[in-house]
Amino acid sequence: MSARREPAGLVLENVTLAHGRRPAVHHVSGRFAPGSLTAVVGPNGAGKTTLLRALAGLHRPESGRIAHEGTARIALLPQLAALDRAFPIACLDVVMQGLWPRIGAFRGVPEGERARAAQALAAVGLAGFERRPVGSLSAGQTQRLLFARLLVQDADILLLDEPFNAVDARTSADLLRLVRDWHGEGRTVVAVLHDLDLVAREFPETLLIARDAIAWGPTRQALSAANRLKARMMAEAWSEEAEHCHRAA
Amino acid sequence: MHDLLIAPFVEFGFLRRALVGCLALSVSAPVLGVFLVLRRMSLTADVLAHGALPGVALGFLLAGLSAPVLWFGGLVAGLVVAVGAGALSRATGGREDATLAALYLVALGLGVALVSMGGSAADLSHILFGSVLGVDDAALLLMAGVASVTLVVLAFAWRPLVLECFDPAFAAAAGAQGGAWHLVFQGLVVVNVLSAFQALGTLMAVGLMMLPAIASRHWAREVGGMAYAAVGIAVGSSLAGILVSYHLDVPTGPAIVLVAGAAWVVSVLAGPVDGLLPRLVRRGHLAG
Repeated sequence: MSARREPAGLVLENVTLAHGRRPAVHHVSGRFAPGSLTAVVGPNGAGKTTLLRALAGLHRPESGRIAHEGTARIALLPQLAALDRAFPIACLDVVMQGLWPRIGAFRGVPEGERARAAQALAAVGLAGFERRPVGSLSAGQTQRLLFARLLVQDADILLLDEPFNAVDARTSADLLRLVRDWHGEGRTVVAVLHDLDLVAREFPETLLIARDAIAWGPTRQALSAANRLKARMMAEAWSEEAEHCHRAA
Repeated sequence: MHDLLIAPFVEFGFLRRALVGCLALSVSAPVLGVFLVLRRMSLTADVLAHGALPGVALGFLLAGLSAPVLWFGGLVAGLVVAVGAGALSRATGGREDATLAALYLVALGLGVALVSMGGSAADLSHILFGSVLGVDDAALLLMAGVASVTLVVLAFAWRPLVLECFDPAFAAAAGAQGGAWHLVFQGLVVVNVLSAFQALGTLMAVGLMMLPAIASRHWAREVGGMAYAAVGIAVGSSLAGILVSYHLDVPTGPAIVLVAGAAWVVSVLAGPVDGLLPRLVRRGHLAG
């Protein structure tokens, strides 16, 4: 893929994301530096998916601001469950959806892109799957397919929501290799993950979030015992008597 | 054979017009039906058809059985129901299908009441069940125009519609304007349903849209193939349905819908994709 790229990062300035009036992400500030590889971890209901959607521009902050450094192309890998896996579409056509940011609804598929899409399929271990219907794939194969679409999309910032859930060890190892390649190419990668061993092994930076940002920085410090305990303390249930938040917006 | 299949069309101009109208409908409506099925909106077209009835009825009260006026009234009412249901459920947090059901029941009641107030039982039956005699030149031009516009718009909307159906989150993140395309799509559904009113009547207008689309999934594994299969089934059903209607003296709407229904049954039984009969033939499993 393209060798040199504009460094692209994301800056959060006191960002609060809410569902209705309930904050899912509360007064978070920080920076996903250009070229960084960050894991987002935290308990269920901690606002990880909401944060990723906001970074992708799909959820407008209740207050605060998400600023882009550089003119970045952002790609989002939604959770596998959000996909209609029974949809009658062939694998190659899914991979070519990654061309959308470049060709949109109307423009033709550029010369050579079909071959590139087939190469992307091969790169994720799905060579020969071009005409296979998506419905016939296993969960792991589907995730490989979506990674192939990310390869074609060629974005500067990649947001991955639980990329290794419901996939076996070999698949996650293969996909992890692609994530490492992206990092090596200078792309910014943000991944929501649950496997803390994996995070400690592979991700230099970690954002530990439990509605509030508990810690954000080098993984070893962010995942300290004290911080993990703090994250577990987050009350999952909200309080009916919660008062209006008076922290400065 | 000639008497059975060809003579009726040679002899009667109104049958030829009905056939051409239904064929026009058959190339556009089933493609929309395929997307409705894939979006789990199989009943939406039905709701829109009934929702358009008060508008058709008002048009009838004002201008009699004049195609353009009926059509315009139906268009306004149909769009109000389609867009209104979406807006209302978003504003109140209710489910869209529930809001649609409420709106269409009210609309159906209102429509039938209005037609009964101003017209005879024959008028009511004409509007509810359609009549080949109703396909005059104005109606024919309308049906052909709707089919042409639909095919052109679909050619442009195909990629975003597929993307939006398959992976809405990806579509949104890629800036695919899913909401705008959804509105365009709903608009097409409304005009196609209205176009079917003349020949099939308001009650069964969506028969030619949905039955071939539902049957098509047994013939193809990709959206494109399903669209072709659906159009093929619809074309055959139109032709056979009009002949049945003529020979057995049944209203065209029910006749075409019954033929399309028969095609659906055959598809479920014998279709190569997930059909019931192929499953009965034990061929053993493959080596790998």
